[in-house]
Formats: sequence, C-alpha cells, structure tokens
Amino acid sequence: MYRYDQYDQQIVDERVAQFRDQTRRFLAGELSEDEFRPLRLMNGLYLQRHAPMLRVAIPYGLLSAAQLRMLAHIAGKYDKGYGHFSTRQNIQFNWPKLETVPDILADLASVEMHAIQTSGNCIRNITSDHFAGVAADELEDPRPYCEIIRQWSTFHPEFSFLPRKFKIAVSGADNDRAAVQVHDIGIYLVKGEKDEIGFKILVGGGLGRTPFIGVCIREFLEKQHLLSYLEAILRVYNRLGRRDNMYKARIKILVNAVGAERFAEMVEKEWRRIKDSALLLDQKEIERVKGYFIEPDYAGDAGADASFAGRLEAQKDFAAWVKRNVKEHKAVGYRSVYVSLKHPASPPGDATDEQMSFIADLAERYSHSEIRVTHDQNLVLPHVKQADLYPLWAALKEKRLATPNIGLLTDMICCPGLDFCNLANAGSIDISKQINERFTELDYLHDIGDFQIKMSGCMNACGHHHVGHIGILGVDKKGEEFYQLTLGGSAGSHARLGDRLGPAIPKPDVAETIDKILQVYLDEREGDEQFLETYLRVGMVPFKARVYAPEPGAGREVEVLAGH
Amino acid sequence: MEDSWQRIAAVEPQQTLPDGDVIIPFACWIDNQEQLSQHNGKIAVCLNGDDNLEDLSNTLHLFELIALEFPDFRDGRSYSHAQLLRDQFNFSGELRAVGDVLRDQLFFMQRCGIDSFQVREDKDPEDALKGLSDFTVKYQTAADGAPPVYKYR
Ligand code: SF4
Repeated sequence: MYRYDQYDQQIVDERVAQFRDQTRRFLAGELSEDEFRPLRLMNGLYLQRHAPMLRVAIPYGLLSAAQLRMLAHIAGKYDKGYGHFSTRQNIQFNWPKLETVPDILADLASVEMHAIQTSGNCIRNITSDHFAGVAADELEDPRPYCEIIRQWSTFHPEFSFLPRKFKIAVSGADNDRAAVQVHDIGIYLVKGEKDEIGFKILVGGGLGRTPFIGVCIREFLEKQHLLSYLEAILRVYNRLGRRDNMYKARIKILVNAVGAERFAEMVEKEWRRIKDSALLLDQKEIERVKGYFIEPDYAGDAGADASFAGRLEAQKDFAAWVKRNVKEHKAVGYRSVYVSLKHPASPPGDATDEQMSFIADLAERYSHSEIRVTHDQNLVLPHVKQADLYPLWAALKEKRLATPNIGLLTDMICCPGLDFCNLANAGSIDISKQINERFTELDYLHDIGDFQIKMSGCMNACGHHHVGHIGILGVDKKGEEFYQLTLGGSAGSHARLGDRLGPAIPKPDVAETIDKILQVYLDEREGDEQFLETYLRVGMVPFKARVYAPEPGAGREVEVLAGH
Repeated sequence: MEDSWQRIAAVEPQQTLPDGDVIIPFACWIDNQEQLSQHNGKIAVCLNGDDNLEDLSNTLHLFELIALEFPDFRDGRSYSHAQLLRDQFNFSGELRAVGDVLRDQLFFMQRCGIDSFQVREDKDPEDALKGLSDFTVKYQTAADGAPPVYKYR
C-alpha cells in the first residue's frame, strides 16, 4: 500500500499544528462559531446531537494492520470503545471531545492517517473497489490513480470552498463495486481504440434529495490528462454551481440545468486550454505511485492445499460462511474474506475497539497485514490462503465477526440515523434491529439470495436508499416516524434508482412489509432469477397490490384514511 | 499596510466619486466607462462571483489593481477568478482580496495568485498574515507557479 514520504508526512503534521491552533483560537473566542464551523468540517469534525463526531479518512478503503490498531486505540481512549464504518469507506467516532481532537489527529498522523476533507464543501475522500488489486475481473488496479487524485485534491487552493461537497470514485473492474455512477465524478478504467488503458469520465451522479445517475462526458481520456480534466470539471463547477440554495448546489443540479452536452463543451474548452500545462501528469509519477501497489509475495504452493476441501465437506456452518463471505482471488490458492460487521446484535458497520485490534492481529497473521473497508460497511481481508480459511473463520466467529450474510438481506447499509445524527427523521438502527429480529432463518435468507436493503434516516441519503433493491427512507409525519420504501434500485454497473412503492409505512410495520415484498418475489420468480431481475420483469404492480391490500375487515378504515 | 486605494463598495447613480485612487464595482465601471475616464485618480475594479470574468479580458491592461470580492469566506468563486486572471489572462498587476478575508483562507488565496489582502476590519491583520505559512508542501500546481511536489521526488 501507499507509504508516506517526507512530504506526505510533513503535510499531515502541518495540518495537525494548524488545527490545534484553530481549536485553541475557537476556544479562546478569537474564532466565532460561524468561522470555525467550515474549518472543523474540513477536518471531519461535526457537532452532533449528543456529542461531536469525528470522521477519519480511509483513502480508497485501504488500511494496514498498524492503522487499524490505531483506530482501535482511538476508539478506546477518546471514545466509548467503538467506531462506525461509513458508506464512503471512512470511520466515524461519535463521542470524542472537541478539546481532544488535535491529539487524535496527532495519533492518526503517526500512522500516516488524517481527517482532511472528510466533510465540508470540498473534494472528499476518494473511494474505490474494495477488491482493487485482487479482483479477477479487473482491467487495472485503480488505487494508484486514487492516490494521485488524493494528493492533487488535498488542500487544493482553488477548490476548498466549492458550492457543495464533492465525491469522486474510481473503479477498474467489470463489476462496479464502488457505486461509481452515483458520485459527482465517476471514473472507470477502460480500454481505448488501440487497447491502451485510460479513463471514462462520468459526472453528475449523486443521491440526496434529487438523485441522479452520472452521465458520461468523455468516453476515453489518456492517463496523463487525468488531473487537467478533473481540474477543468471542478473549475466549471466552482464558477457556475449554485450557491443560493444548498439543496441545489451539487454538480448534478448544474449538469442537469445546462444539459450534459453543454456541460461537457464547457469542460472540454477549459481542458484544451490547460491540458499541456504543469497539470500534465508525468509517466514517472504514475510509475512511482504504482510501485506502492505491487502484489504481496503470494506463496506459489497455496493451491496445493487439500485441507480446505475436506473442511468444506465436513462442516456445514464453515461451508455456509465460505459460500457467502469468501470471494475468488486472482492468485491461485488465495481468497478474499469478508469480515461481516452485520451481526444481528450490533448496529450495521459498527466495530468495537477489541474487534478492531483482533482483526488487525488476524490481518498480520493471515492477510499480509492488509485490510479493506467496503462501501457497504464491512471489512475485507484481501489475501488469505485457502488453507488458512478454517482457522480464520474459527477466530472470527469467536468475536461475532463471521455472520455468514454478505450480500444477503441482513447485510444492510444503514446511516447512523436518529441515534447520532442531527438531521435524522428516523431511527434507522431500530429498523435494522426489527429486520434482524424478523429474518433469523438463514436458509430462508440464502434462498432469497443477493439482496440489498439500504436505509437512510433522512433525505440526505447517506444510507444510499435510492440504490437499494429495497430502499428505506425515514420520514417525519407530524412528529411520528414513518418509512418510505422504494424498490428496484441498484448501485452496480447498471445503476438504477428505485421506484416508490406507495405511501410511507408506520414504524412497527416495516419488517412485515419487507416480508410481503419477499413473498411476492418468491411467488413470481422464474428459475434462479434474483430479486432485481424479477422486479424489472414484473414491475411494481404485484408488490403494491400485496403491500397495500386491505386487511380483512379493515376496508372501511382504509377508505377513511384515503379520504384525508 | 497603508495604501492609496479607497474602496467604494456600491456607487449610486449620479454619485460623484471622491478624488484619488478608487476601487469600484466592475458592473459600475462597465456601465459608466466614458464618464469615469474623467476621474481624477486611478481606477481599479472589484469583481464578485456573479461578474463575468470574460467581459473584463479586453480591458485588463487598463488596471494596475483588480480587487476580488469574498462576500462570505465560504463563497469560493473568486479563487477561480484569481487563478484565471493569472493563468489565462496573464494579468500581472496586483490582485487584492476584499470582503470576508480571514487568516485561515489566506494560504489558499495566495496560491491562486492573490497578492494583497484587505483583512476583515475586526481582525488583526498581523495575526491574519500568519495564515500564509500554514503549509510548506504543495501537492498541486496553482497560479503561484509552484510545481506539484512530486516533481521533487
Ligand atoms: S441520511 Fe440523514 S439521518 Fe442519515 S446520516 Fe445522513 S443526514 Fe444523518
């Protein structure tokens, strides 16, 4: 993975000093709350419902064992002993005191980490495929480009006060695991006409109140032009993006208002002017950064192991875990392993300090000291020998980290909701509990197969509900929590926004409603069709009919309600 | 630092400008160019985020100073204006930040080519200037001409 040199280290150290002084000036009354707010946000620090929240950057979801151990240390020392992994591959601490944040940042800097630009109206953490570099379906490893973009965007002087936050994702695989199409800029590594590899550039994707799928403005961009092209897009946006209304300030609104074609023209015009300037990316620099992402030394004989097959035969629960939580790897005899942070008894994406240290140890023992954070809030040990899968499973199980539910219904994406977030209408964590309590039959969940529930506590859509197979959005109706459901969303290569099911559902009925939707799917599916395929084939009608069918004897009440 | 410029934030119709060097809103200059040629003193324009920079490009040689307004320090449009004035239009005169100009943004302003700062009145300008040295490493190139740090690696 990428290692800091003297320059990278100096910049995070200088940031710590700067923020320490900003905090001091704020506490001394030299900086007003209004002046301090954007500064602390650009360091990932929110003042939340119960306490501050600090969001720490995990660039493109990549962690070393030492870094994860430091996150565990921070959770234990400054927080209540846990952290929450977010949908942007970051980690959030919910209880640190403002006064201690400079010390936390100093601890982070000691392991080459920071909280730079994890919030605020600037370019945020660059996200990517959690299987980058190990996926069998990958054209090229996207991480070197993520790192190059990370550096370019860090303290970019012109783009630190954009109209709104700005998110960039990069993927190099056929199968999009990074939700690239719902980012402000989405980048795919693609092959050009002469088989050379370059970038396809999408803009204007995003969720929130007005969700859009990104549109392609350039089918192929040569690698050396990456930064000049990004700079051109950001400049057009910085000048023309709306600043009068924060709900209309994202780039997607601008792209939609002027039209994708016109937007592309403006970008291309600016780009032609600057493309051969100092922004031109040296091949030497690309090679230098690539040098950090070379493969670990895989054991050549890992595939010769016979114990794995025997264990699969012998032990059903091990086999069930392998089926869901273990994925193919490009090296023979190796696998990538999901560490599920979706145990029924804990909020999705949360890990305790003890669990984090434990996973760091396992990464050292079994995965070349490397860990990945996924955008659906799990962790991955990316390089595990098949012979080690069994002892790894046994160890994970001990700490409740081996729930065999990756990709299944209970592998939900969920924002922190009412429990932690100022903006929430609804307690998304309560709903995840309700769902976990109802769907306990593992065989049933396996029968349903790949299924994504994504949940947000309000319209800001941090839980990506628009692109869940079932999306759940918390809404407030006269002080009561209701839940708006959508069906048929997808964040993958064929990204799609879900369709509204109908009137919002009262809180106690959410899990039951999901059950009804699943029943319709099981009745309607043909062969081994997945939920999404069935939905796209049969449409909304049968689902609507089942969910809103009047209860026997309750017909009058429904009529009365409809009359309001 | 003392200087000769006086900023007129808004000019009413029929208002006569005080003698001496003045900074007036760009829109006002566009509308009254002829009349303003009679002015006794130098004229500079102040550009805000709504102004169209391209309208200024043919007349840049007339100005030795251009002011860039930050009505609120969160409004980042003037950073792009500064960058373009230096990089695209080769403006070599003084670029001055005016408005909500605060210590913690000075580093960014300077990197975009702004070389003088009219710090908000209630703030200590000496203190504000400390912001210029917050960082010694620059990852990316900008109007200050700094090469991206990777060139040193
Ligand atoms: S979706 Fe709303 S409630 Fe959930 S974290 Fe985001 S802002 Fe908070």
